[in-house]
Amino acid sequence: MDWASLWLTMQLAGVTVAVLLVVGTPLAWWLSCTKSRARTLVEAVVALPIVLPPTVLGFYLLVALGPHGPIGGPWKALTGSALSFTFTGLVIASTFYSLPFVVQPLQGAFEAVGTKPMEVARSLRASKLDAFFTVVSPMALRGYVSALVLGFAHTLGEFGVVLMVGGNIPGVTRVLSITIYDHVESLEYTQAHVLSATLLIVSFLMLTIVYTVNRRLPVNVS
Amino acid sequence: MSHLNARFRLDYPGFRFDVDCAFPLEGTVAVFGVSGSGKTTLLRCIAGLSPVASGFLAFGREIWQDDAHRTFVSIEQRRVGIVFQEARLFPHLNVEHNLTYGMKRTPPSQRRMTFDQVSELLGLTAFLQRRPHQLSGGEQRRVAIGRALLTSPQLLLMDEPLVSLDQERKKDIFPFIRRLNQELGIPVLYVTHDLNEIVQLARHVVLMKRGNVVATGPIQEVFARQDLSMLVESNILGAVIETRIAGHEPQFGLTRVDFLGRSLFIPQESLPIGATLRIQIPACDVSLTMDPPTASGSMLNVLEATIVDIGPSSRNGYAVAVKLDAGCPLLAMITRKSLQRLKLTIGQTVHASFKAVALGV
Repeated sequence: MDWASLWLTMQLAGVTVAVLLVVGTPLAWWLSCTKSRARTLVEAVVALPIVLPPTVLGFYLLVALGPHGPIGGPWKALTGSALSFTFTGLVIASTFYSLPFVVQPLQGAFEAVGTKPMEVARSLRASKLDAFFTVVSPMALRGYVSALVLGFAHTLGEFGVVLMVGGNIPGVTRVLSITIYDHVESLEYTQAHVLSATLLIVSFLMLTIVYTVNRRLPVNVS
Repeated sequence: MSHLNARFRLDYPGFRFDVDCAFPLEGTVAVFGVSGSGKTTLLRCIAGLSPVASGFLAFGREIWQDDAHRTFVSIEQRRVGIVFQEARLFPHLNVEHNLTYGMKRTPPSQRRMTFDQVSELLGLTAFLQRRPHQLSGGEQRRVAIGRALLTSPQLLLMDEPLVSLDQERKKDIFPFIRRLNQELGIPVLYVTHDLNEIVQLARHVVLMKRGNVVATGPIQEVFARQDLSMLVESNILGAVIETRIAGHEPQFGLTRVDFLGRSLFIPQESLPIGATLRIQIPACDVSLTMDPPTASGSMLNVLEATIVDIGPSSRNGYAVAVKLDAGCPLLAMITRKSLQRLKLTIGQTVHASFKAVALGV
């Protein structure tokens, strides 16, 4: 049972990071080069999950994803099932929750690359999209590694948002941190120890990898 | 011959960029001016990198920008090659992949140069597998030039591309840039503040000052224009003449060059006899005397000349530009005091003595 929740957590973190890279990359690129006044507003919204208590974020997401919410309602009309207390709902919630941890490193990396390499690539007949994938992204590789690992690790450890939106359904929404909480509640300290240590070691290893890789990557933008 | 017509306007805080110029799309056209005069801005407008500039731009018959008809051809469709001031190589690619980046994106039917041709001409074959950060500044420039060339551009824009190169390497690259014009017919717009480079490379010059184009034309005409003495530093003005190497006098460290049946001496050059060489006679180095020179004078180069025009004053006010005809146009900056003392008038015959220098070679 415990390993099921570990596997579920890994799945959730993996899918969430994949979604975040797809959504966060264009958002981070836009933030890095826009002169629009909306920029500060968008930056504030992206950063909100860092300061907001997870239960507050979870509460709003629960309302939004519920069968009568602005996201859950149309979803139910379309698919016949609600989003709250499902794996899909958890992915959507985690995407919001971990957004800043992906967008901010990417934005910083894009800003460090600057607009000049893009200009060069375009003068060499590359379209904007082509230039983005073949020049800007490889030069921002460190940003991607940071975004990937931070987004993954942050999703691994989420608790409040999951509890609000996903509840505690074994194999569907019961993730690692909730399992640990259950064990502690039932005074099953041994199992809690095993899971906590697993999470601790995994997180530590991942962060070590980020810092090592970032130091060794061939591209040094500065 | 087709021309490039450009009209641009762009307002910066405290600086207005406002140009209206046309120049032939043939050979090397130099954009010359001090830093901050708007040279790079003009280049960026022509490249399509400054979409905020309002104006009109026609490359021959192709309209690249026309605000009246909301036309703006994107940079990758203009087919211009750009060599930026800093080499701006891609740090994540080795030299070979930097060079082929644009080539791969150029349809084979449009390619007019091969990879081997370019890498040999620019001397890049030895370090194709290296990364940009392993190259010297000069090597990086050459890669950047090669990378732009391999897109077979219909116009090459160069923003001070030789600025960090030593004289030897410049000498190596000059003939290659000339060959771009002669063999491939690629016109080059060459931004520089180095007079030597202009004299060696350009036939046509666009002179810029404080965001405006103050003169355009063939370099022989523009640099001999006395009316520009009020606008630009007088040390850039002076006749540019085409000469032929006639002989060397190594014991004196001099080279004799001929033009129009006369001989001049310049500091020794390594070029073979018969080779052509452009030299400039800076207006501020020309002095005028009424009497023919005697053997007691130290000046080696003396030409008999007729005064064609006098004035206006230079920017600092104490000197005037005197235009002379010595078989070729000649320009002299002399003090107003000397002008009065010698009682110079138009039509008078004088003797012009000067030090001639072969610039940048």
